[in-house]
Amino acid sequence: MLSCLIRPSSGDATLMGNSVVTSPIKVKEIINVSPQETAVAPNLSVRENLELMCGIYGYDSKTAREKTGKTIKDFSLSEIEKSRARILSGGWQRRLSIAMAIITEPEILFLDEPTLGLDVLARRELWRIIEKMKEKITIVLTTHYLEEAEALADRIAIMSRGKLVAVGTAEELKTLANAGNFEDAFVALCGGETTYENE
Amino acid sequence: MKMSSFAIRNAKELIRDRLNLAFGIGFPVIVLLMLTLIQSNVPVELFSIKNLTPGIAVFGLSFISLFSGMIIAKDRTSSFMLRLFTSPMKARDYILGYTLPLIPMAALQISVCFIVAVLLGLEISVNMLLALIVLMPAALMYIAIGLLCGSIFTDKQVGGVCGALLTNGSAWLSGAWFDVDLVGGAFKAIANALPFLHAVNAGRYALNGEYGRIMPELAWVIGYAVALTALAIIAFTKKMNSDNP
Repeated sequence: MLSCLIRPSSGDATLMGNSVVTSPIKVKEIINVSPQETAVAPNLSVRENLELMCGIYGYDSKTAREKTGKTIKDFSLSEIEKSRARILSGGWQRRLSIAMAIITEPEILFLDEPTLGLDVLARRELWRIIEKMKEKITIVLTTHYLEEAEALADRIAIMSRGKLVAVGTAEELKTLANAGNFEDAFVALCGGETTYENE
Repeated sequence: MKMSSFAIRNAKELIRDRLNLAFGIGFPVIVLLMLTLIQSNVPVELFSIKNLTPGIAVFGLSFISLFSGMIIAKDRTSSFMLRLFTSPMKARDYILGYTLPLIPMAALQISVCFIVAVLLGLEISVNMLLALIVLMPAALMYIAIGLLCGSIFTDKQVGGVCGALLTNGSAWLSGAWFDVDLVGGAFKAIANALPFLHAVNAGRYALNGEYGRIMPELAWVIGYAVALTALAIIAFTKKMNSDNP
C-alpha cells in the first residue's frame, strides 16, 4: 500500500508529505522497492538493467551512465557488469536487484525479504551493503529472520495475523516482553492478545 | 525518457530471444517456400506467388502477437512488473513502450516475406511498397491482440492463445492459401466477419494495383485495430490499478 501497488480501501498514508491516494506518482518518484523475488530484466546485462532503472525514473542518458558507474563500483558488480542477468547466480541477482532499487537515490527504500534463500556469506555481504545504505536513506525492511531484524533495524515493528502488535528497538521489545533474548520477546509478543506500542 | 528507456529494454529483450525471432521470421518464409515448391510441381495454378505473398505476410504477423503477448505476460508473472509498477511510469509509457519496438519488427517481417517472394519470382514493383504500408494497420492490430492477451493471460496461456489459436486462425480464416469461397457457408461468413481475410485482400489489391478496392477492405482492419487497441489499453490499465498485478 505504501509503495502504491494497492489502493487503500479507506483512509490515507503520506510519505514525505505525499499522499498515496492523491499523489501516487509523486510518492513513486521518491521511493523504490526491491521485491522479495529477484526482479531483473533477464536478457539485459547488469549495466543495462541499472541504466534502465535510471531511464524509467526520468534521468537523462549522461546522468544514467554516471549513476550506473557509481552503483557498479559501490555494489562491487564490475566483474559481472556485461553479463546477462539471467545467467547470474541467485546471490548476484539479488545484489543486482537491490542495486536497481538504490540507483535512483530513493528517500525511502522498501526491501522485501532481501536475504531470503541466500547463503551465509552472501547474506553477510548484503547486510554490510544495507548497513551502509541506511546511513543515507530510510529503509523499510521486511524479514522473517529475527537475527536480521535485530542486526539491521533501528526500530522493529512486529506484525502478527495482519496486525501491528509492537514497535520499538530490539532492546525496548525485550524489556517490554520481559525476555532474555529477541526471539523469546518475539514469541511472547506474538502470542499475547494485547497490542503493545513503545515510542 | 521513461517511455523510450522502457521501449529500448523491450526491443533488446525481443531481439535477444533468438529462438522466437528465428521462428517468427523463419516459419512464414518456410511456408512460402514450401507452397511455391508445391506449385512448381502441379499443373494448375494453386499458389500464385502474387496471391500467396500478402497472405503469408499476414500469417507471419500473428507471431508478432505472440512476441508482444509473451513479453508482457512474462513481466506480469515475474516480480519485474511489480518493480515497474512502483516506478513513476504512467499507463501510456507502458503501452507505447511495449508497442513501438514491435512496429519496425513487423515491417521487417513483411519485408523479409516480400524479399523471399522476389527471389521466388514475384515481380518487383512500387506496389510492393504500397502493400507494405497497407499491411501496417494489420501489424498494429496483431500487436494490440498481443497486448490484450499479455494483459489478461499468463505466459503459458499466451503461448496457447497466440501461438496456437491465433496463428491457426490467421492461417485458415485469412484465405492466405485457399479461396474461402471454395468452402463457403458458415466458414466464409466467419472469415468475412474477422479481420484476417480483409487484411490479406487489402494487401493483394495493393500488390495488384487495384487501388480502388483497398480501402473497403482496410476499413475492417483499421476498425479492428482501433477496437483491440482500446480494449488492450483498458485491460492493461485495469491490471495496473488492480490489487494483484
